[in-house]
Amino acid sequence: MNKHTWYKTYRPYISPMDPCPPIRVKRYSTPPQLYVGFQPPGLEQFPALAALKAGTLWKCFYDPYYSMKEIKKGERE
Amino acid sequence: MWVYEKKLQYPVRVSTCNPTLAKYLIEQYGGADGELAAALRYLNQRYTIPDKVVGLLTDIGTEEFAHLEMIATMVYKLTKDATPDQMKAAGLSGHFADHDKALFYHNAAGVPWTATYIQAKGDPIADLYEDIAAEEKARATYQWLIDLSDDPDLNDGLRYLREREVIHSQRFREAVEMLKEERDRKKVF
Repeated sequence: MNKHTWYKTYRPYISPMDPCPPIRVKRYSTPPQLYVGFQPPGLEQFPALAALKAGTLWKCFYDPYYSMKEIKKGERE
Repeated sequence: MWVYEKKLQYPVRVSTCNPTLAKYLIEQYGGADGELAAALRYLNQRYTIPDKVVGLLTDIGTEEFAHLEMIATMVYKLTKDATPDQMKAAGLSGHFADHDKALFYHNAAGVPWTATYIQAKGDPIADLYEDIAAEEKARATYQWLIDLSDDPDLNDGLRYLREREVIHSQRFREAVEMLKEERDRKKVF
């Protein structure tokens, strides 16, 4: 589904008095089902075996979650 | 009636001996937003929902049991060979005292599963909105489990389960659209 991202970020307020090193950018998930509405006919499909592995037949709903740790290690497909 | 297939919905592989992960995973077994709660919620609500969405609740409720089985397999693999000392080090001594290695329906903090986690309001929209919320909460739980886990094989299975929550949420949202019956009408409210 084009260049849309399934993750959004925001920058929380950072106090000079915070006890822990700040996490400046927080990330949250906004997965595909929030946007599609009633699924229209004729959407692109994965081949059968890839669909079994992905957990969905429909490419537009595929949104694998990786932890920041995994992303830093480059484990993202 | 159900037909049981003696295999998992998705292969469960665990690459590291890490009983601590079992302590976290049990959240999806007997937690408020876990697979047991999901299965029992949908399979109970389906009796009093309009005919055209009964099948959806049956299918998704059934699939939740397949997910429950995957979580159980993960927990079992992570704990079956742990010594009492390893269970203790993993924070599972309380569980061990009560259950040995047996699985039990409680959450990651040891709180036993309760029917108060689920609801059947009898109002189709209220019930489906609860179901959508339950799927989003389960999806979030899988995200936090992936964040906690260092096991690439386990995370592969957790990512699959999270993807299924995405699809279930989508289908419940479509069920709401079907019950609204305004889907094909070009109407401005």
